[in-house]
Amino acid sequence: MNKNNLILYIGILIFGLSAPFIFPAFKVQLSILCILIVLATTWNIQGGEMGYNSFGNILFYGLGMYLCASVQVGMFFPLAEWTESGGEKTFVHTPSQFFQGMAVGLAVAAIIPTIVAGLIGYAILGLRGHYFAICTLGLGVAAGEISGGIEIIGAGQGFTTPPFPDVGGLEARGEFFYLLSFGTLVLTFIAVRAIYFTRFKLILNAIRDNEDKAEAMGIQTMKYKIIGWMISAFFCGLAGGIMGGLVGYIDSTDVAFDGREMGVFMVLMAILGGKGTLWGPVIGATVFHIFKEGFWTFFLGWQYVALGFLIVVIVIYFPEGIMGWLREKYPERFGEVVDEADRKAQVELK
Amino acid sequence: MDFMVFQYPMISVQACLDGILLGILFALIAYGMALQWGVMNIINIAQGDLVILGGYIAYFMYLYGIHPAWGVIVAPIIMYFVGVCLYKLVINKVVDRDLFISILATFGISILFMQLMNFAFGADVVLANSGYGTTFLFDSAVVLPNSKIFSAFISILFAICLVIYMKKSKLGRAIRATAQNARAAKILGVDTEKVYAATFGINAALCGVAGALISITFTIHPYMGLPYTIRSFMIVIVAGLGNLPGVAMSGMGLGVFEEFADYILGTEFRIGSVFLLLVLILVYRRFKLSRKREYLK
Repeated sequence: MNKNNLILYIGILIFGLSAPFIFPAFKVQLSILCILIVLATTWNIQGGEMGYNSFGNILFYGLGMYLCASVQVGMFFPLAEWTESGGEKTFVHTPSQFFQGMAVGLAVAAIIPTIVAGLIGYAILGLRGHYFAICTLGLGVAAGEISGGIEIIGAGQGFTTPPFPDVGGLEARGEFFYLLSFGTLVLTFIAVRAIYFTRFKLILNAIRDNEDKAEAMGIQTMKYKIIGWMISAFFCGLAGGIMGGLVGYIDSTDVAFDGREMGVFMVLMAILGGKGTLWGPVIGATVFHIFKEGFWTFFLGWQYVALGFLIVVIVIYFPEGIMGWLREKYPERFGEVVDEADRKAQVELK
Repeated sequence: MDFMVFQYPMISVQACLDGILLGILFALIAYGMALQWGVMNIINIAQGDLVILGGYIAYFMYLYGIHPAWGVIVAPIIMYFVGVCLYKLVINKVVDRDLFISILATFGISILFMQLMNFAFGADVVLANSGYGTTFLFDSAVVLPNSKIFSAFISILFAICLVIYMKKSKLGRAIRATAQNARAAKILGVDTEKVYAATFGINAALCGVAGALISITFTIHPYMGLPYTIRSFMIVIVAGLGNLPGVAMSGMGLGVFEEFADYILGTEFRIGSVFLLLVLILVYRRFKLSRKREYLK
């Protein structure tokens, strides 16, 4: 890590920590942005680096969301009665109960999806290409449909997560969830950046470029694929747990296993930023979130039309993403050796 | 869990008959998917939304006082042009690209269609009443709406017509040639671009027929598209591309499976069980394939 990079990272860290105090009105939006970046970055590990384009990471996100909320409630109160009464009316968490529950809930929300990913990984990661994509799409939708039929977690009517205890009011709630999601973002980024300098990342790239050859070179591809997926699942579960607390209400198909929104967003953000790059998903998620929040209100009910249109346009005309475009424009910045004469010749050709 | 279906054999008969009639419809949609998959190597996530759009065409005719069964003729004509337009606007740009790009692009189209239909037709579950009455079998123990029998009959008719058309006509031969080898077909003077457009149009037309029949026999709703896509995908991977009897058989099998899942697990798990079945089939297929470890490409 050279000096410029260090200054950049410290600058971002300071900005991130002070952001809720500079823009107090946007705390929730900034927290959601952090979660989106986490989702896009972790999707990129197995979608961009490993070449296994999954629509099913939403499975871990929703699982984490339900697990975190259930643990948070179930540690202190009977879960079935909680969901039956619609949440806060009968039982109230004390502050210490709330934070304890949140901590244990987040730990469970991160670990169980990782284990699930490991268990189903052997069966599902053996599928290639579009079979994998459709299979994971099916997994996500199936999870949503099935969780919508389970009574103890609220079935079709939804599940209210414990409300934030009465310490410091709305301001404290926003700051708590912002710091939590920003912390997760920092953790994710450090982990992913660490991966980028290891042999593991090269192995993932080898799997993406040609899995059969990678296997022939003696790499146990299945093992690394499962590990890659488990890393994604870990952070997706964590992000889901935080998002559940932030939204305050979990519905099986509209919030938790929302394949039509969050499940596509994470793919779209990674592609918009440029898949297979470290900064791409971060930039993509930021641009996407700003665009979405800035212009969504103008569409007034036409959001999904705009979203569908956006997907088609990005996928067809912009599949390399922002980082890919920058790379083509300024190859020197990316450490590629450019032959000046060759470049001039190309400009003349154009 | 409800095991009444095993205690009273007549309910099983009912479920089987319902499932078979339903499965014939699924097979028709799956045939369209197999066609475009085989010819253009595209998996169309928007397949189900095309079906629902076809259904709304029939429903609109019903609203304006025309018998919805005429939708079986009108819907495919309109849907053919919708399909060709869709091809010209979007699909022709993803035909030669990575399969994931086509999946994602059609996913975008699916979301777009869903919401547009939601605006145009409202978010209510609707049904076009055909007024065909019902048939009672076995001392009224088995109840079959005539509309279901009608829809199965029409589906079979359309499938037979299409098979004959593919065998005999010039365009059908061009489509089959392109499916076998697009490059060689091009060399021999087939305008593959036109063939692709026609294939996508025919697929959309088949979806239109199926949709019109679904609006008569079952219900339609703007967001109900994705399960139809998944069902047709599942049928195609079970049957294989270009295996028409296989498509029909696995379509009926899926229909029967769904009816039994409906009885045993309850209606709220019906769609979930379809998606789970897809995952199970894919996983089974993966283990079967890995046992003989074919080398790719």
